[in-house]
Amino acid sequence: MSKLVFANTHEWAKIEDNVATIGISDHAQHELGDLVFINLPAVGDTLTAGEAFCDVESVKAVSDVMAPISGKVIEVNEELESAPEAINEDAMGAWICKVEVTAVPDDLMDEAAYAEFIK
Amino acid sequence: MKLIFERSRKGVRCATIRPLEVSTYSVEKKYLRKELALPEVAEVDLARHYTELSRNAFGVDSGFYPLGSCTMKYNPKINEELASLPGFSRVHPRQEVDTVQDSLHLMADLSADLMELTGMDGMTLQPCAGAHGEFTGLLLIAAYHESRKDTKRTKILVPDTAHGTNPASAVMAGFEVVNIPSNAEKGVDLDALRAAVGPDTAALMLTNPTTLGLFEKNIEEISKIVHDAGGLLYYDGANLNAIMGVVRPGDMGFDVIHLNLHKTFSTPHGGGGPGSGPVGCKAMLAEFLPKPSIVKDKKGNYEFSCPKNSIGKVSTFYGNFAVMVKAFAYVRTLGSDGIKEAAEHAVLNANYMKAKLEDIYPTENRYCMHEFVVDIQKLKDQTGVSAKDIAKAMIDKGIHPPTMYFPHIPGVIDESLMIEPTETENKETLDEAIAVLRELYDLAFKDAKYLQEAPHNMAISRPDEVAAARKPIVRFEGEY
Amino acid sequence: MSNYLSITEQEEKEMLEAIGVSKPSDLYADIPISLKNKALKIAPGKSQQQVMEEIEAYAKENVVFDSIMRGAGAYDHYVPSVVRYLSSRSEFLTAYTPYQAEMSQGILQSIFEFQTMICSLTGMEVANASVYDGSSAAAEAAFMCVEKNKKVILVPENVKPEVIETMRTYLSRRGIEIKVLKESEGYIKDGKVDTQMLEKAINENTACVYIEQPNYYGIIEDAEFVCDMAHHKGTKVIMGCNPMTLALLRSPADCGADIAVGDAQPFGLSVSFGGPYLGFMATRVNKDTMRRMPGRIVGQTTDGQGNRCFVLTLQGREQHIRREKAMSNICSNQAHCALVASMYLSAMGKEGLKEVATTCTSLAHYAAQQFTQGKATLKYPNNNDFFHEFITVTPTKAEKIVEKCAKEGVLAGLPIGPNEILWCMTEKVRKSDIDKVAEIMRRA
Repeated sequence: MSKLVFANTHEWAKIEDNVATIGISDHAQHELGDLVFINLPAVGDTLTAGEAFCDVESVKAVSDVMAPISGKVIEVNEELESAPEAINEDAMGAWICKVEVTAVPDDLMDEAAYAEFIK
Repeated sequence: MKLIFERSRKGVRCATIRPLEVSTYSVEKKYLRKELALPEVAEVDLARHYTELSRNAFGVDSGFYPLGSCTMKYNPKINEELASLPGFSRVHPRQEVDTVQDSLHLMADLSADLMELTGMDGMTLQPCAGAHGEFTGLLLIAAYHESRKDTKRTKILVPDTAHGTNPASAVMAGFEVVNIPSNAEKGVDLDALRAAVGPDTAALMLTNPTTLGLFEKNIEEISKIVHDAGGLLYYDGANLNAIMGVVRPGDMGFDVIHLNLHKTFSTPHGGGGPGSGPVGCKAMLAEFLPKPSIVKDKKGNYEFSCPKNSIGKVSTFYGNFAVMVKAFAYVRTLGSDGIKEAAEHAVLNANYMKAKLEDIYPTENRYCMHEFVVDIQKLKDQTGVSAKDIAKAMIDKGIHPPTMYFPHIPGVIDESLMIEPTETENKETLDEAIAVLRELYDLAFKDAKYLQEAPHNMAISRPDEVAAARKPIVRFEGEY
Repeated sequence: MSNYLSITEQEEKEMLEAIGVSKPSDLYADIPISLKNKALKIAPGKSQQQVMEEIEAYAKENVVFDSIMRGAGAYDHYVPSVVRYLSSRSEFLTAYTPYQAEMSQGILQSIFEFQTMICSLTGMEVANASVYDGSSAAAEAAFMCVEKNKKVILVPENVKPEVIETMRTYLSRRGIEIKVLKESEGYIKDGKVDTQMLEKAINENTACVYIEQPNYYGIIEDAEFVCDMAHHKGTKVIMGCNPMTLALLRSPADCGADIAVGDAQPFGLSVSFGGPYLGFMATRVNKDTMRRMPGRIVGQTTDGQGNRCFVLTLQGREQHIRREKAMSNICSNQAHCALVASMYLSAMGKEGLKEVATTCTSLAHYAAQQFTQGKATLKYPNNNDFFHEFITVTPTKAEKIVEKCAKEGVLAGLPIGPNEILWCMTEKVRKSDIDKVAEIMRRA
């Protein structure tokens, strides 16, 4: 059973068994504008929910990406390094990393709640 | 425009040197390179190339340059001529000290003038730019606390409106950065400051006037809060032009300052540098200044010395000496009276523009100092025309745009232009710029699209910055 | 007296009225009266003519030597007139940083051309728009190499002492150690780095090795050996280069260096008592190296009509966007010096630059031979692979030789020990001057 959740800092996590796939929401990519670079985490990094684990750059701004859940990075989407525009094109498809989950905050939203949240 | 490499033709020569008077020495082959690619052009090609480039550049001599925070005042030509005198330009930095007395004399006299102007007791001219000065000043602060075994002072407080160099310099000097929010008047929030200071506070960095062009009225209280907590007060001299000769950072309570000779003291920016960022300090910090310092011996001769607990060197030699000569000529020309008059007129010019624009370009409702920030948010909401669009449209009118999107306080100031006319502009220039800004405002309601596509009259239209950053091309890769 | 203001009394009156105050000082209402200045103890203003005379007088007692045989980080080369004329055009000199690309294509293109020339000389793939000087370039490059568990920078003693000192000032507060490898401990042999000894000094904490080419003593390093060994041991190499020598010498990239830095002052900038000079940095493009590079970088792109144009790019690295997370705080750089350098390189051209470099090294080897006809010897007699600087050892005190040369209008080499002098020959030095000094050296 997989579960899609969103943080109020506009990241999504698709949790399947003990592994979460993480990315930023379509709303967030729209707000950020054309991304030109992503500073990816490394395999082995520890994520703490609510804390920055990576940053994304547009031409004129750098924004932190917050961890929606806590855990340890087991895989990174290296393709984003040379093609950060993938996030602009398909935010829900362009995952940033996969994480072995250690804790899931209880204030995460489901898709409907998040849609309401960004209204 | 062609690149210089595209003008290159094999075998063409420009400058030539005296024929070799001794036999040719051949460097051992294993050390030699096989190829060297450099342009080959005749002198006329070179002259036309750079003349063409210069026609596609815009300096203070080209027109009005109200670029906030950068103090683009007129750069007097006498300064250039003096800096290139052989007695300065042909002197080697490692000459014996008795052969460079005049250079040292000039540096000592410039330092003395700058100390008097800022209310400081010590000064180094070694930093090559403002940010370099910040870094140097923060190292003095670190050394000071360390010398007192006060080793827990690891944090530098920085207002959210500060120049980006402030937090970056603090980190380079080994500190952590704590951001201090602004209050409703866009000054330092005193309660937030009181809550932030403590035994871990090394210093607060501040510009005054602030980056919004407003005098920080609470400066005495701020100074007390920081000093009572055992911290020091750092002055970012970016905005000194508003108050030089009127009030001194040293008298406001600042312990360390940096100046920008390329802003306040009329030396040209050169398309991005070289600048010069002297650092001044109160007496208790002087022993930590970079080495070498310049001292006068009993006979009245200058010599190099090393401050007792110097932080070391921050650059190879003594700083950007030629820039110092230009600034010294400026200080000597204006003198004590002229310096104050310049500051007053910088403030006058800014307030005049503000008064003539604030009905349509909202700004803070109090006298500004040498610059002011207008809020374009309402215009954008009404018309879709952004600060950037106004800026780009000004280019078509032959005016360099103001600083855009700085300072940035999310949700408070997002769409902004920071206008700094400087004192060397006359009323006619200001009136023309005012007329342009008013015209563009009206145009925003009539033809937003025209503004959103500006500039229309330049060699290029808006460049694709996203493409430039995603797939960087940072050198010419063709054959030449 | 002269204040560069251009507002008439009548205009000032009108402006004050528009603002609603009676005099300019009323605008300072926010400044507490207790803080306002008394009169400054600075000389009153003067006319331009007086300032010209006054400051000319400052320049009078400095000794300007006819012939400069001193280098050690500042090099007196011939500067073609065309470089001085063109670079002083006010559109270049009085412009700000080219943030407004549409209005600054000339400046941006000139920086792009500078980056290209630095890449060409160093063999690297990306160069920045300049940093303050060679020392700060070396320090910034060292920081680029630092990783979480690699925080030691190894520096042999035969590099410019100012570079070591500046690196230390830049990096020590960030928990980075600069370890100097001493000649007395065997790390330097015949004036150059002993690769085997260096290998022993490298361990898992080493972030990088910094070497100079040619080194402070003027000697050409076996850079390729150093790079191969260092890479084998898992550490990076920064090469600090006198870029003039790169007209002839193998490029740092060809030798295998990871980052090339140096001071491009020899390219058209006068010695000017130490500044402004021109720090350059260049590196290869792999993974995140380009993003770890500090300072401004100009990139090529197109405008709305598809025209080629240039912009400041990768600004997300820089302090004005990344603030406390930026790799460096650098903002103002040495842009105008970079313009001068690219004009110089274009004026000299490929052949001209080779001629300059060949002349320098030929004169240096001639001088070294002539200076050692008497009791003077070369400090490293077993090593003839020096470029345009070399060290002599004399029974006579170095300062005596400097004095004697001064009487002949020659700035002798730099005394670097009681009896040691570091000489430098450039194309400006005449054979007749070398012969004069050779006379002095013969009796030294």
